[in-house]
Amino acid sequence: MSQRKKLSWKEATIAGAITTPKSSMDYKTGLWRNQTPEIDYSRCTKCLICWINCPEPTITRLVCNPERAVEIDQEYCKGCGICANVCPVKCITMRAG
Amino acid sequence: MTTVTEVERKEEVRKMMGQRVLGLRGDDAVAYAARQANVDVISAYPITPQTIMVEELSRFVANGWIKAKYINMESEHSAMSGCIGAALVGARTFTATASQGLAYMHEALYAASGLRCPTVMAVACRALSAPLNIHGDHSDVFGSRDSGWMQVFCENAQEAYDMTLAAFKLAEDEKVLTPIMVNLDGFITSHSLERVNILPDEVVNQYLPPRNAKLKLDPDKPVTFGAMALPDYYFEFKRQQEGAMAEAYRLMPKLWRDFAVISGRRYSNVRPYRLNDAEVAIVSMGSTSGTARYAVDELRSRKIKAGALNVRLFKPWPGPEILKALMNCKAVAVLDKAMSFGAPGTALFEDVATSLYGLPKGPTLVNYVYGLGGRDVTIAEIAKAAEDSLKLARQRKKIVPTRYMGVRD
Repeated sequence: MSQRKKLSWKEATIAGAITTPKSSMDYKTGLWRNQTPEIDYSRCTKCLICWINCPEPTITRLVCNPERAVEIDQEYCKGCGICANVCPVKCITMRAG
Repeated sequence: MTTVTEVERKEEVRKMMGQRVLGLRGDDAVAYAARQANVDVISAYPITPQTIMVEELSRFVANGWIKAKYINMESEHSAMSGCIGAALVGARTFTATASQGLAYMHEALYAASGLRCPTVMAVACRALSAPLNIHGDHSDVFGSRDSGWMQVFCENAQEAYDMTLAAFKLAEDEKVLTPIMVNLDGFITSHSLERVNILPDEVVNQYLPPRNAKLKLDPDKPVTFGAMALPDYYFEFKRQQEGAMAEAYRLMPKLWRDFAVISGRRYSNVRPYRLNDAEVAIVSMGSTSGTARYAVDELRSRKIKAGALNVRLFKPWPGPEILKALMNCKAVAVLDKAMSFGAPGTALFEDVATSLYGLPKGPTLVNYVYGLGGRDVTIAEIAKAAEDSLKLARQRKKIVPTRYMGVRD
């Protein structure tokens, strides 16, 4: 849901028109989640399969980081669990909440 | 001293205002009005009995009589979608359809009203299949009753011409920005050649200056239309649409006043006829209203106090005017040219009943369905319906099952 103040029907732009750019970023879709993925980086093989398969995509590739190949953006991750499912070494676990 | 008849007075007004008389079919009249309104985009697909409109308009465009973009679409769904896109860039848009075409458009109708596209669409009302039928009834437009479109019903070709012009004015008002259907009865109005008073082009140009949309798709000022609205916002946008309907209803007296100034023809949301002391009222929409007035005269000649009410504006519903016109009647016969299967009453009847509900001693309401699939309705049939309704009122009946006028039992 958006973090901005919710407008009344009289205040909102007509027809749901969006006049300010990038307003979709206010929609923190991470709030929809009821399971949170966690990566065990000690077992991660940096294969990037989770990065390719994330449908949102909220898994960011960290090109310059020698320790971690990917990072999950928890503000927008909806907790679908696809990353945990496709991980070949099962280093991503879905934690409740 | 010579007395001036109504006809002579009208003729005088016509000449004074520089109006020409043309012999036009209802469809021609609508197309003529759309040409004079200088529409920017016509996105349409032909269907009986509306075809004359799109044929005429494509002729106007081909002959260079109107600087409009005519888009030959492959279906009605696309025709409406074309209108939506064009309206969103600020164009004045027009389309026309009927029956199956309107049904096929159904999904896009909601997009047009939701995106607040002030498209004007003429509908030559026609029955819906199955069984296949090309003749007039109101099944098609009643199917779109809740699509967020305004709806007006025309009685004759003159009204079709006038309503089309006024429709652009109303729909494009910045406070309204809601699409509107101009409904004329298939074949009865759409194909009957009538005498139509035509306004001079300059007068219409002044009445309808080019559209100036405040919020539109513009590369210099980017806007997004048609984004998703989730449960936290969708409701607000639907509430806005109802607000626009209320605004449109508030504007109606001014709309008719302004139109009377340029045309000399005064309209109103509803047209009462001999209702002042009426005991029984006949409520109808479209071309049947003329027949209803003849029935009233016939009943009056037999000392039966009858009156008629022609509902021109169907959406937004002119509730207060309906209440005022019918509150003192003993009986009201509501004539509907469509079915509402399984419902307690048909569309017009339900709205009339809702408007009269608050009355402590309201009239007896009788729901009549007539003329489905273009079946003729006669003066005698309507007069009998009014008499029967009055009889039911005298028997103190409040609720009676829907009656079918002219069906073989």
